[in-house]
Parts: sequence; structure tokens; C-alpha cells
Amino acid sequence: MKDKLMLWLICILSALTAVPLFAILGEVLLRGYDQLSWSFFTEPTPTAYRAMKAIQAGEPIPGGIANGIVGTMIMLGMAVVFAVPIGILCGAYLAENPKRRFAKVVSYLTDMLQGTPSVIIGIITYIWVVVPMKGYSAIAGSVALFIMMLPLIIRSTEETIKILPASLKEAGLALGGNRARVMLRVQLPAAFGGIFTGVLLAISRVIGETAPLMFTALGCSFVRFAVDKPISAVPLLIWEFFNDPNLQELIWGASLFLLLFVLTLNITAKYLAKKWNQ
Amino acid sequence: MNDKIYKIILFAAALVIPIVCGGVVYALVTDAYEAFDHFGFISFLTSSEWSYTDGDEHYGALPFITGTLMTTFLALLFCIPFSLPVALFVGEYFKGTKVAAVLSTVTDLLAGIPSIIYGLWGFYTLRPIIMELDISPQGSGILTASLVLAIMIVPYAASLSAEFIKMVPNDLKEGAYSLGATRAEVIRRVVFPVAGSGIFSSFVLAVGRALGETMTVTMLIGNTNTMPDSITSTGNSMASIIANQFGEASDLRLSSLIAIGLILFLITAVINLVGKMMIKRARIS
Repeated sequence: MKDKLMLWLICILSALTAVPLFAILGEVLLRGYDQLSWSFFTEPTPTAYRAMKAIQAGEPIPGGIANGIVGTMIMLGMAVVFAVPIGILCGAYLAENPKRRFAKVVSYLTDMLQGTPSVIIGIITYIWVVVPMKGYSAIAGSVALFIMMLPLIIRSTEETIKILPASLKEAGLALGGNRARVMLRVQLPAAFGGIFTGVLLAISRVIGETAPLMFTALGCSFVRFAVDKPISAVPLLIWEFFNDPNLQELIWGASLFLLLFVLTLNITAKYLAKKWNQ
Repeated sequence: MNDKIYKIILFAAALVIPIVCGGVVYALVTDAYEAFDHFGFISFLTSSEWSYTDGDEHYGALPFITGTLMTTFLALLFCIPFSLPVALFVGEYFKGTKVAAVLSTVTDLLAGIPSIIYGLWGFYTLRPIIMELDISPQGSGILTASLVLAIMIVPYAASLSAEFIKMVPNDLKEGAYSLGATRAEVIRRVVFPVAGSGIFSSFVLAVGRALGETMTVTMLIGNTNTMPDSITSTGNSMASIIANQFGEASDLRLSSLIAIGLILFLITAVINLVGKMMIKRARIS
């Protein structure tokens, strides 16, 4: 009797936990789907004045989030180009030298960096990059994203290499390969699946980050490709729309785009991990 | 490529992490120094005044430390009754089944939702409900922020706890069953004691998440710079005051915000390290 009650309680509470996911997905879908159109992805954000005019005339708000998409892609691209090789090498170091004291220190610091609130990464990048460069820029934004991605890639690389069978490495060494060759030709290719999944998850983790970009990339109302000037990003645009009553209609389209992007990356990463594990 | 160069390259890559971490601490400390020097370390922590009128600037971190502790504590409180059942569902009752896989996918996806979207949902869906229920007139406040924070940290606490619950040895449970214990008793007398330290550490890490969560709290806490007097009143957390004011601040105010950042950094670093160490211990035993 008591057992049954407990089972029911656990099932009900577990089911309730799933509710927010569907509530959030549902709300963003229902309020955002009719905003998604070709022009939403190709046009930059309208000015508050143009948006106000459109609202007064009873028309849909013109423009879209092209400036945010371009900015996100530029900053993410720069962050990935640096974070992936450095992260993989550092992960390889940790996997190769698990007993060294320095590796243990690095491992703890990686955990610490991973747990550091994103707003603090924003402050740091502001002090390191924005102040010396005398201005907000895409470079600063990508440095912030780089710092946030690095620990995630290090961890996934380290863990994937560590669970490879030891015989793999030994066979490579026995065939006369030195450690570098065995790592490059045997271990890293064998760990490719896990590392790739880790990179996808790292991207999905930082792509929605808003706080670190507020003090680094700042935002920009037109499409821009310069890396030394302020630039926009999709989450930054959502934040702008949230704060500007004239642009509030655009929130949901932008959020739907971001949410679908993040969830697709997540599901793809999970699916690939499962497939490669078999 | 010979082994020596290979080793040097790997070492150089690993060196990036201590350099970044050292740089974080160095930059925070040097830039926070002005505020600590001006107000004194202790009185900066214990002053509850935050005013930036010219000539009469006064900054203290107490309202925001209080705000962070209140939101985090409440979020932990709200998250326990949901993450424990999920952990038991995935790790004990339906271990290895399809339903369990579906539920853990759901919680994984919950963990993937960007915090700004949680904030939107809290603002446009939860806030009206709070107002409707007459809990607080303006809808936003510490309670509202904590509720959404709780949803955000459930996935972290649940998936880690489930991992430890799964590791409880079968023969222990079977031993208890053979002595006539019911499932509820087995969970209370065997699973919880054995997996207890692991479960506890997963909540410690969830707390580490909640402490620094920025956008959600900024959008829902109401953004007032005074001491919160109840759980329904508005306030600011350490992260949200930084998000709100960093862009417009300069000189002493900027330094004070960085000082708050330093305190937040230290608190989360300690909580995270303690949590990770406990997890390592729980995994070994």
C-alpha cells in the first residue's frame, strides 16, 4: 500500500518536471511561429521609431534578426577556431599525464572555470579586452565565448581518450609509433566521436549566453562583419527586444529561432554519441 | 614530430588554463581594490546602502549577497521534491527502461534551454500567475526568480543523483528484500544511505549553478537595490546587479560591481570545488 503510494508520487512528480519543457516550447512556438519568414532572417532589426510607426499603422513590425545571426556566427566561429584545438590538446595532456601534480591542478582549475558564472566571464573579458582596445568588439565577445567553451571541450576530450582501451595505445606504440603519432593517428581518431559530441554540446551551451556578451559585444543594429567593432548576437537581440516596448513583438520569433537551434544541436549531439558508442 | 616537441605542445596547451584562471583572479582583485580600499572590506560586505548620486556615492554588497543567498536557498528547496523523484524514477524504479531514457532526455533538454528564454517564460507566464494568486502585487521578486531557478537546476541535481542511485549494488538491495523489506523501505534504508553522499554532492553542484545564474534572475527579481524584507519582495542578486549596472557604471561604482563579482566568484569557486571533491570521494567509495 505504502509502496504503491510512493511509486505513484514519484511518477507524478517526475511527470511534473517535464511540464516546464513543454510549457516553454509551446509558448515560444505558439507566439513565435508566425514571425518566422524569409525577411526575418535576412533583414536587420528595425529602429524603435520604425517599429512604433508600424504598430500605430496596425502592420507587422518590419525587419528581422539578420544582424544577430551574423554576429553570433562570427563570434562563435572565432571562439571555436581557438577553443577546439587548444581544448583538445589540453584534454590530451590531462589524459596522458593523469598522475602528475600539474595535471591535477589543471583539472581542478578546469572545473572551477566551468563553474564560474557567465556574468563574471563577461567582467573579465571587459577588463582584458574591451578596456585595452578602448571599445566593445566582436573580438571581445568571442574571447568570452572561448573561455566558456574551453573547459567543456577539455573535459569531453579527456574523458573520451581515457575510456579508450589501453590496448589501442599499446598496439600503436608496439608498431613503432612514437607517442605523438599514436595520439594523432590512433587515439584522437578513435576518440573523434566523443570529442565531436563535446564540441557540439559546448556550442549549444554558449550560443544562448547573454550576460557575457552584454559587456563585450554590446550589440549593433545593422549587419556588420568587422571584428573590431560592436556587434550583435541573437540572445543580445532578445534582451534588447525585452527592454524595448516597441520591439516586444519580435521577442518570440528570435527566441523560437534560438531555442530550436540549441535543442537541435543538443539532440544531434546525444544521437551521435549514442550511435558512435555502439 | 618527436616526443619532446609533442610533450611541449601538450604542456603549452594545458598551461592556458592556469593562465586564464590566474588572470581572472588577478583582474578581479586589482579592479575591485579601489572599492575595498575606499569602503573597507568588512563594511563593504555589511553595508546595505547602494546609492550613486554624485558626491554622495555609497556602495555596499549586503542586499545583493542576501538576494543571492535567498534565491539560491529557495531554489534548492523547491528543486529537491522534484529532482529526487526524477532521480529515483531514472535510477531505481524504471532503471534502464525506455520511459527512463525519455525522462532523462527531457531533463537534458531542460538543461539546454538558454537562461534568457527561461527568463522570458518566467516573465510572461509565471509572473501573471503569481499576480493572479495575489502572492505579490508586481509579480516579480525573489520568489518568482527562485521558482524559475529551481526548474533550471532540477536537471543538474536529478541526473547526477540518478547516477549515484544506479550505482547502489544490487546484492545490498536484494539482501534487504529477502529480509522482507518493502521497496519504500529499501529506498529509505539502503539506497539513500549508500548513495547519500553522492546525492548530497549533486545538490551542492546544483547550488553552484543557481548562485551565478544571471539573466533569469535579472528578468524576474524586480531589480531594487534595497534589502529584501520577505521572500515575495523585490531585490537584486549579485549577478543581477552586475548585469543591470555594469554597462553604465564607471570609477567607484564600476569597482564596487567588480568587487561584488569577486565575492561571487569566490563563493561559486568554493562551492564547486567542494562539490567536485565530494563527488570524487563518493565515486571511489
